[in-house]
Amino acid sequence: MPDHPIASDTLPIELTINRDTRRLPVAPWTSLLDLLRENLGLTGTKKGCDHGQCGSCAVLLDGRRVNSCLVLAATKDGSSVTTVEGLAGPDGALHPMQQAFIDHDAYQCGYCTPGQVISAVALVEEGRAHTPDEIREQMSGNICRCGAYPNIVAAIQQVLENAR
Amino acid sequence: MNRFSLVRAADVAEASREAASPAARIIAGGTNLVDLLKYNVERPSRVVDISRLPGLRGIEDTENGGLRIGALVTNTDLAYDERVQRRYPLLSSTLLAGATTQLRNAATTGGNLLQRTRCYYFYDPATPCNKREPGTGCPAVSGVNRIHAILGASEHCIATHPSDMAVAMAALEAVVHVSGPAGGRAVPIAEFHRLPGDAPERDTNLQPGEVVTAVELPARGFAAHHTYLKLRDRASYAFALVSVAAGLEMEGGRITEARFALGGVAHKPWRDPEAEAMLRGQGPDRGLFERAAAHVLRDARGYGGNSFKIDLARRAITRALEQAAAGTPQSQTDKRIQ
Repeated sequence: MPDHPIASDTLPIELTINRDTRRLPVAPWTSLLDLLRENLGLTGTKKGCDHGQCGSCAVLLDGRRVNSCLVLAATKDGSSVTTVEGLAGPDGALHPMQQAFIDHDAYQCGYCTPGQVISAVALVEEGRAHTPDEIREQMSGNICRCGAYPNIVAAIQQVLENAR
Repeated sequence: MNRFSLVRAADVAEASREAASPAARIIAGGTNLVDLLKYNVERPSRVVDISRLPGLRGIEDTENGGLRIGALVTNTDLAYDERVQRRYPLLSSTLLAGATTQLRNAATTGGNLLQRTRCYYFYDPATPCNKREPGTGCPAVSGVNRIHAILGASEHCIATHPSDMAVAMAALEAVVHVSGPAGGRAVPIAEFHRLPGDAPERDTNLQPGEVVTAVELPARGFAAHHTYLKLRDRASYAFALVSVAAGLEMEGGRITEARFALGGVAHKPWRDPEAEAMLRGQGPDRGLFERAAAHVLRDARGYGGNSFKIDLARRAITRALEQAAAGTPQSQTDKRIQ
């Protein structure tokens, strides 16, 4: 039970998640991450640190990568969200970044991978990374404790080269 | 996290009225506040959402050749704005030296200024902290204090302000526009943040109900001679141990104007007008830069774990002034220090 009087009930919000528009009641203190995982069953997005330090909860919010653990869902009425579940095509074909991660064995335990893939998809879209140094710098918000970084950089380089 | 109600403010006046309550907190990007809520460091009963307020998202040229940045402009949008990159590359560089793309996409200009210290004790409600609970004491003074202040601290608090962006804004002499119950006012950035003194619970000189609406940059941007040199425990995504934002104007091989500010060393971005004055009219010279650096650090005090910062800051100032004079700003991608 809450240790303070509840001053507000849930707030209704509308979110388009992976192209599916839904109307949802959310409590003011619910993070976007918890909404995705606990209320909507979209457990592809991972909870690592829950404090914005590891990047495993990265999603695309209105087209930009953010840490969903630091977003209060109730402040995002009308927004669109893409999670790792929304990357594959309607026929199930993997997103080129997902395929590149497989091609380069860019993970070990896999826990950070959804966040890495989302962040990498955004990095390519942003168009500001051209060299391995720039990829490393612009991926620095995604921590991999297995240390798969060299293969992650290689996977991203593959997608960048194919996009040229 | 405690329970709270959420109100979506319709305009700045409503946000100001709501925020006047000591039990209310404003949320914009949320990257710092949500974290503090999770640690129970902040326990508001009401959170005021200003993220959709109209009119605070623009970056506009001012009549006197400057730039007015709306409080809700994200750190990403500000860093990559064409005018900022061309006229204020020092500001762009500091923004890109801070946090990560995911955080910069959410974090706002106003929120960056208002973020709280990352002092370990402030963040841990199981320990005393004068900033979090006035009068309980400061364990950092005799505790773990690697990231703490060496300038302008007090026995009550040795926390540092963590922003990179604000350090550039200090060197650029930005002006913070705020709106509150008594109307609007313009606060020079040097008077926006406070030193801890005997009231470390107050980070800024904002009055109850005052909301940051914009930051204005004067015309002078030091585009030709600037650098942001940030030294930290890992090469990316870490707060500064010591950072220096420097801007020089040079004519005929002499320094005609000099500004520099330090991050990571004090409760606010640290400027020393006397040290800057030592540089004016002089040719760029390592010995001169070392003397100016020594002047900045003349009253520095270490607390054990952070004592190394005094030498580090002295050398960082010297190196940053050399980089600025040479017109070779520190890259925020290739972290080697030239």
